[in-house]
Amino acid sequence: MLVKLIPELGHFALIIALLMAVLQGVMPLAGAATRRPLWMAYGHPMATGQFLFIAVAYVCLTASYALDDFSVANVANNSNSLLPWYYKLSAVWGNHEGSVLLWSLMLAGWGYAASRFSGGLPRDMVARVQGVMGLISVGFLLFILLTSNPFERLLPNVPHDGADLNPLLQDIGLIVHPPMLYMGYVGFSVVFAFAIAALLGGRLDAAWTRWARPWTNSAWAFLTVGIALGSWWAYYELGWGGWWFWDPVENASLLPWLTGTALIHSLAVTEKRGSFKSWTVLLAIFTFSLSLLGTFLVRSGVLTSVHAFANDPSRGLFILVLLTITVTLSLLIFALRAPRVSHHVSFSWLSRDSLLLINNILLVIMTVTILLGTLYPLILDSLNLGKISVGPPYFNALFVPLTVVMCLFMGLGPVARWKSMPASELRRKLWLAGVAALVLGMVLPLIYTGEWNLWASLGIVAALWIVLPIGKDMWDKTRHGSSRLAGLRKLSLAYWGMVLGHVGIAVTIIGVAVVSNYATERTVRMAPGTELDVAGYQFTLRELKSRRGANFMADTAVIQVRNIESGRGFIMRPEKRFYLATGMPMTQVALRPGLFRDIYVAMGEDLEDGSWAMRIQYKPFVRWLWLGGLLMALGGILAIVDKRYRRTRTADRADVARSPKTQEAVL
Amino acid sequence: MSRRLWLLLLPLGFLLVALFLYQRLQHDPSARDSALMAREFPTFEATTLHDEGSLVDQTLLHGEVSLVNVWGEWCPACKQEMPQLLALADQGIRMVGVNYRDTREKGVHFLNEFGDPFEVNIFDPDGRLGFDLGVYGAPETFLVDADGIIRYHHKGDISPQDVAERILPEVAKWR
Amino acid sequence: MTPKRRQKLAVILGALALAAVAVGLTLYALRANINLFYSPVQIALGDAPIERAIRAGGMVKEGSVVRDPQSLDVEFLVTDYVDELAVAYNGILPDLFREGQGVVVVGKLSTDGRFIADKVLARHDENYMPPEVSQALEDAGYSPADYQDQPVEAAKRE
Repeated sequence: MLVKLIPELGHFALIIALLMAVLQGVMPLAGAATRRPLWMAYGHPMATGQFLFIAVAYVCLTASYALDDFSVANVANNSNSLLPWYYKLSAVWGNHEGSVLLWSLMLAGWGYAASRFSGGLPRDMVARVQGVMGLISVGFLLFILLTSNPFERLLPNVPHDGADLNPLLQDIGLIVHPPMLYMGYVGFSVVFAFAIAALLGGRLDAAWTRWARPWTNSAWAFLTVGIALGSWWAYYELGWGGWWFWDPVENASLLPWLTGTALIHSLAVTEKRGSFKSWTVLLAIFTFSLSLLGTFLVRSGVLTSVHAFANDPSRGLFILVLLTITVTLSLLIFALRAPRVSHHVSFSWLSRDSLLLINNILLVIMTVTILLGTLYPLILDSLNLGKISVGPPYFNALFVPLTVVMCLFMGLGPVARWKSMPASELRRKLWLAGVAALVLGMVLPLIYTGEWNLWASLGIVAALWIVLPIGKDMWDKTRHGSSRLAGLRKLSLAYWGMVLGHVGIAVTIIGVAVVSNYATERTVRMAPGTELDVAGYQFTLRELKSRRGANFMADTAVIQVRNIESGRGFIMRPEKRFYLATGMPMTQVALRPGLFRDIYVAMGEDLEDGSWAMRIQYKPFVRWLWLGGLLMALGGILAIVDKRYRRTRTADRADVARSPKTQEAVL
Repeated sequence: MSRRLWLLLLPLGFLLVALFLYQRLQHDPSARDSALMAREFPTFEATTLHDEGSLVDQTLLHGEVSLVNVWGEWCPACKQEMPQLLALADQGIRMVGVNYRDTREKGVHFLNEFGDPFEVNIFDPDGRLGFDLGVYGAPETFLVDADGIIRYHHKGDISPQDVAERILPEVAKWR
Repeated sequence: MTPKRRQKLAVILGALALAAVAVGLTLYALRANINLFYSPVQIALGDAPIERAIRAGGMVKEGSVVRDPQSLDVEFLVTDYVDELAVAYNGILPDLFREGQGVVVVGKLSTDGRFIADKVLARHDENYMPPEVSQALEDAGYSPADYQDQPVEAAKRE
């Protein structure tokens, strides 16, 4: 009996969470404004309660999926009794309603964490952060309850079975990818809350940036992993072998990542040097706003995309209103409360300050170009200038040169000093790295393939130019210790974080440069017995089979692959599946992954005379793309763990006498 | 102009963007569904489910309004809509089945178990006719008029509600 | 001007110059890299440029898909129920490519009036119809509201 009430329980828990969020949004802010400690004290209990009740609602929805309760519309539309249990659990967020619930759960989780781990901060600051988080939560909970209730019932005609989960989503990549992405999007709400709290409290000093940095890093690390996983998923699941399509949904995740990256760097400048104060606040607002804008574009159906959920105009309108209120209000607060006269800190052209300024400008330009490219078709269509699409050539034409320029400065940044440094010192530190990067970049592709390619070389030069100066810097830094190893151990974790972050970018760039220029793709007609050589491997189609899986039927090709040089071989089995409940065809790629190359075989279409169209690809270094992403994220996490940020005493703010070690510039 | 006024342009600028997005929202392209085009039932030639020897083609559908239902033994929702299909057949509507991506043995077994509302079943084991019909899965149902032109396309199972609100009015309209 | 102010001015001017260059490049890149959409009617009227990257779309005409038995060449007709466009393509058609369903092709129009496609995009779920296709069909007189009044004509025209 009680089991049948689970959806109602979940619905009820959501309503209680909403009430708590309202209290959390109103009381601490009012308390901070009128200096009433009792009102401010509402913040933490409400943040905790809200998190708990949303968690209850989430568990209820998951239980409905696990128990195959098809009287719940959401379950009936997105699950099926034949679905394996792990997909039943992940199906919860494979649809609009469930994913918004997960989103809210994460928001409440971040809000709880921000409230829990801010013990040492000034009380009014904490109260304001809690208040802003509460208000954002109110928006999302209202969105769920008014337009996207996952607990809606199909009564009295309860379907006997569900419509099944979209087969594209029945996949490990999709179990982990959206939660990571959402954690990133939502995580930026904490930095946003800190920025607004600082504006409201008139505390735009370096202190708030110190508190905000770990939160920014963690949100950014999640977003990085989310984007990398998304690219990996698209690579093996869509069956085309591409890893980035400049699809609106991908762009929507890249936009906050770019401003988030800018934010991480600008926070460093504000914390260390006290400059860029207003700019940092503005970036924090932009980053969260872009997360919301991305959500709007994807969910409203304004842009159509490969990944879009089926949409509903009333939902689009609601998110638009939410977005408008959030952005307009925060920009208004910014306009009214930003410091009247910014406090100038001078720095010379050759300094880490100015290099980080350039970094920020470049990242913002990248953001704007991508945003323009994504929205341009909408703008032209509105002006009746024709229906156009902006494809990858546009994005590549702008993004690649901008990245190259960015790399140029990335080589300088980590070795430059704050405030100013003589050009001769920079030259002395960098000339060797520069020459080595140039020579190696030119020679390595030649050795690797025997065939020189300008773009591949450029990519490798850029990557080495990022890595080698850091290596030289570490060499110099560890010179004075008792041993090199002891020296390495002395480097702060935050420094290691910077190193990993930059090395990660370099690794990704190498992956992009090599796979874009040296990949081989052959689309061929194959019948049993057909033999074919691609990139040093011989592919033989042994036979075609059919089999029946749990919830699909499949045609399988058995392909014998042999390395022509070494003679070693293995079998690959690509499949074309036909999912029974939805009737959707799906390409199941056969992959032979490796650190230096992937072999990728996908079945195309049945040519109906016993042969199949096959897509065979050889993808060198493609793994480096995602490996770089993981390294970057790891860097972000290492920087959080740094002791410096775990000291939450307010005394931190007046922390003048830093140890010489931590004074080493930290990004 | 003071700096503060300049800064106020930021929220104003965003309001403009929001207005633009609002206007786009009204254009929602997915709100339309013109996929339901009136077109002729594709030409085909196939055997029937119960008789390997008999051949039928598109003329099978000429002369009378028919409901063509695409189904398969493997399709759970097809079992669910069977009572509705049987009821429709009882009301004198001509039902034609397309046994889609199935085997003869399983298809016949299915009809023995759940009832057979169909006057005849077109056997489509490799999904050729389904492809020509633009079918993505089963069940899907097409209303074909006496001239062999598709007038209505129902995706997914037919619920008792669908019978009353969609199917019967459409049948009445084209008879 | 104090050195501080001069530096600030230089920063602002530098940022503005960079932004201007970026906007200029962006607009240039947009101009060079966008693909305009044309419907079969527009192409039949000669509105579409020859030998330039464009997109076209409509319904895949039933029974028009012809595969070459030796290679992966395929030809089909795209129709908006007024005019037809012959499309030639080499490669793998998407999983959801169907006769009688909406499709968008990206490629160039050759001088003999055939469309040489580099890319064929089919709808990816049953709720999705490429927006340009539904617009083109609507422009050709087949809006959902009145398609039921015109079907006989549509069938005749085919």
